[in-house]
Amino acid sequence: MSPGARGRVHRPPGRHGRARHGRAGRRVAGLLLLAAGPVLVLGVLFVLPVTGMIAEGFWVDGRFAPGAVLEVLSRPRVHRVAWFTVWTSGVATLLAVVLGLPAAYALHRLALPGRSAVRAALLVPFVLPTVVVGVAFRQLLGEGGPLGFLGLDGTPVAILCGLVFFNVAVVVRTVGVAWESLDSRPGQAAAALGASPWQVLRTVTLPALRPAIVGAASIVFLFCATAFGIVLTLGGVRYATVETEIYLLTTTIFDLQAAAALSVLQIVVVLVLLAVAARLRATPDPTAQRVVAPARVVRRSDAPVVLATVLVLAAMLLPILTLVLGSLSVGDGWGLDNYRALTTAGDDQALLVPVTTALATSLRTAVDATWMALLVGVTVSVLVTRRSHSAAERRLRSGLDGFFMLPLGVSAVTLGFGFLITLDEPPLDLRDSPLLVPMAQALVALPLVVRTLTPVLGGVDDRQRQAAASLGASAWRTFVTVDLPVAWKPMLAAGGFAFAASLGEFGATSFLARDTSPTLPVVIFRLIGHPGEMNYGMALAASVVLATVTALVMLAVERLRVPGVGAF
Amino acid sequence: MLQLTDVTVRYGGTAAVDDVSLDLDPGHVLAVLGPSGCGKSTLLRAVAGLEPLDAGAVAWDGADLAGVPTHKRGFALMFQDGQLFGHLTVARNVAYALRLRRMPSARVAARVAELLELVGLAGYGDRLPGTLSGGERQRVALARALAVEPRLILLDEPLSALDATLRERLAGDLRSILRAAGTTALLVTHDHEEAFALADRLAVMRHGRVVQSGEIDEVWRAPVDEETALFLGYARVLRGDAAARVLSEAALPVAHAVALRRSALVVDPAGGLRARVESARVTPEQVRLVVVADGVGPVDAVAPLGSRVSPGDAVGLRVDVTRLAVLPITAGG
Repeated sequence: MSPGARGRVHRPPGRHGRARHGRAGRRVAGLLLLAAGPVLVLGVLFVLPVTGMIAEGFWVDGRFAPGAVLEVLSRPRVHRVAWFTVWTSGVATLLAVVLGLPAAYALHRLALPGRSAVRAALLVPFVLPTVVVGVAFRQLLGEGGPLGFLGLDGTPVAILCGLVFFNVAVVVRTVGVAWESLDSRPGQAAAALGASPWQVLRTVTLPALRPAIVGAASIVFLFCATAFGIVLTLGGVRYATVETEIYLLTTTIFDLQAAAALSVLQIVVVLVLLAVAARLRATPDPTAQRVVAPARVVRRSDAPVVLATVLVLAAMLLPILTLVLGSLSVGDGWGLDNYRALTTAGDDQALLVPVTTALATSLRTAVDATWMALLVGVTVSVLVTRRSHSAAERRLRSGLDGFFMLPLGVSAVTLGFGFLITLDEPPLDLRDSPLLVPMAQALVALPLVVRTLTPVLGGVDDRQRQAAASLGASAWRTFVTVDLPVAWKPMLAAGGFAFAASLGEFGATSFLARDTSPTLPVVIFRLIGHPGEMNYGMALAASVVLATVTALVMLAVERLRVPGVGAF
Repeated sequence: MLQLTDVTVRYGGTAAVDDVSLDLDPGHVLAVLGPSGCGKSTLLRAVAGLEPLDAGAVAWDGADLAGVPTHKRGFALMFQDGQLFGHLTVARNVAYALRLRRMPSARVAARVAELLELVGLAGYGDRLPGTLSGGERQRVALARALAVEPRLILLDEPLSALDATLRERLAGDLRSILRAAGTTALLVTHDHEEAFALADRLAVMRHGRVVQSGEIDEVWRAPVDEETALFLGYARVLRGDAAARVLSEAALPVAHAVALRRSALVVDPAGGLRARVESARVTPEQVRLVVVADGVGPVDAVAPLGSRVSPGDAVGLRVDVTRLAVLPITAGG
């Protein structure tokens, strides 16, 4: 049954027609009023900077001149960059899916010992600061690293490894959660009709998982195509993607037209991908309880799947392990010198403030970003999950849903630079506001909050709310009675998720953070860029600290056992 | 021929199926009837190879099926709600097992058409399961199960998800389809009407055990104990003097307990049993009464439609011997 047909109330037309029209009008008006706040926030803090950045390219000396933008898109270098972005993202997506599927099955359907801890650990790479992962992979693949003999440092393969490392978790999560609640009876029916386990997988299970798989793949592709920190640290100038090219063009070459052209290209691709992902995302049926299949005892025939999972986990542990070991190595021995140095500003005064101060700044910024993302995210989630009474209302709600997903895919660099050039004069002079960085981070975290909360709120049977209302509960009271009991844990989890994402945010922050109050990822990037063994050791130590904080937050989030976290 | 010998399936400490032995001859339909939670679905899944046995054996024609996985048993399983594959059309659903066997597509198409004709859904091939009604979905599930002529078809409450009128109609169809295909079938259900509509043999199951089995009318005429009688649709069980009073009125030998259907006592001025009417309710077929009979106590009775009986009236009752069953239990039992 389509979501629209479900629970539709058939009223006889006629006498009540006009009253109904009035009521529907009021409902839509009320909806718009509630939506006004979040829309205004996103409008000022997202649409304005992004369009400002794009306009910069289209208007030359106050005249509309789109020709220059078109010229940019025909440059050979741009073609190279675009092609490089597409093929690395495509290959990385494919690898993430292929490696993620066995792990999704093993960790969500089999009663493996310690599987919930492993599931939590798998979530960590996803929120790990991109810069940290870049550093970890350079440590692993670089000269003298454990895998240095492969000669992969500075090659596209290194970038691919980094991208896959980040995104396997997304596949495991998204597909695993779907797999977990997959009814096992169609598979049994197929087996009873003579299908072997492999045939059941191919003809029944995978088709049922297709929405989750394609959804996960499109989101992973999106993340890969807009990856910034990882490509910048592993690819340098030699291998540029659209995202790093925008960065290069704006900060080094000052070719804003080219940057704007690439931003437009990126936004168009992202919009298409988001639309695909939204279409494929399964709408939860509120009248159906989500049933989690009990985990099955591991059999001998599961050996290949379990083995594949263990290998994937080992491969993901390797860079982290190298990072930790690297941070502990001092000269020829081991020691905590790199960690002690975190209270200093590094060799040759590489930094303006000690790393510990940057950590404090990061934590403070992330707290601010979290409450902002939650405030807007909860409002948006409530708005888009309420049942629509008319087609217009439904279109409005799904339009809003898509609108608030935009920051997920739009270049953080575009956003950051847009902030700089549009929010710099009254009444919107935010350049010196301490809330500028948190706002940008909150926008990046907003889609994560919305994606965690909407399945939960959408999963509440609307008849529950109707029952509460019919017993005399006001709209607020209904929310407290019906929605809050199921939603408080996901809200907490979404908050933790947003906090972790803000801690690691690099793209937008690198533009906006002032030199005197940088965040930890910015400091780490600066340290890698500065010569000096001490500085590199400090970068490793700071990365470990940042990764540990992020991991602790994510472990706490995982303890809340909210299935939607990290699933798209 | 299907043989279950001392089959036991345990969940944790409790036996869901406890020491069950049953035989099913080719061409017959056996219904396992029991309340929900009695273990009948587990028994069915054990036969299908979906639940491992803790003891006993499931055998076909003398060959033990232990170690034979579900997809090699050649038993088709039809779930309560059909479990059609939502991403495949009706035709592809029905053809599922045929395509697994790599049957040439021309023959598949012919067989699918034949099966859809058999279940009365000719021309539905291109529809998706989501667009079908509950009854239509069950028919497709049946056609899909019958497609490769399974040596045994397992039916898990095939009609209980349907509404009353549809259930009655589909029950008749299902029975004639099974007969026409000459299929051996094992059916589990909690609904005795469903069992009577489809099966020729009956096994009554309670708390994991089979308490009675046999030809369906034998079981129906002679339930072994009170619980079985009530489960088979008998309205009341009388014991001791009350039972003796009714049996003597029916000119039957005295016994300790007798189970009465709702229509076992009929209002008849010439009847020897005197009673006073407590309540009367008109149904489409007859007037249903609750009466207090002398020497018996409160019992059900019926009167023909149109008879003017109202609470407080004194009436005579006669006993319809085809509508009662003497239970083989004694005062201690």
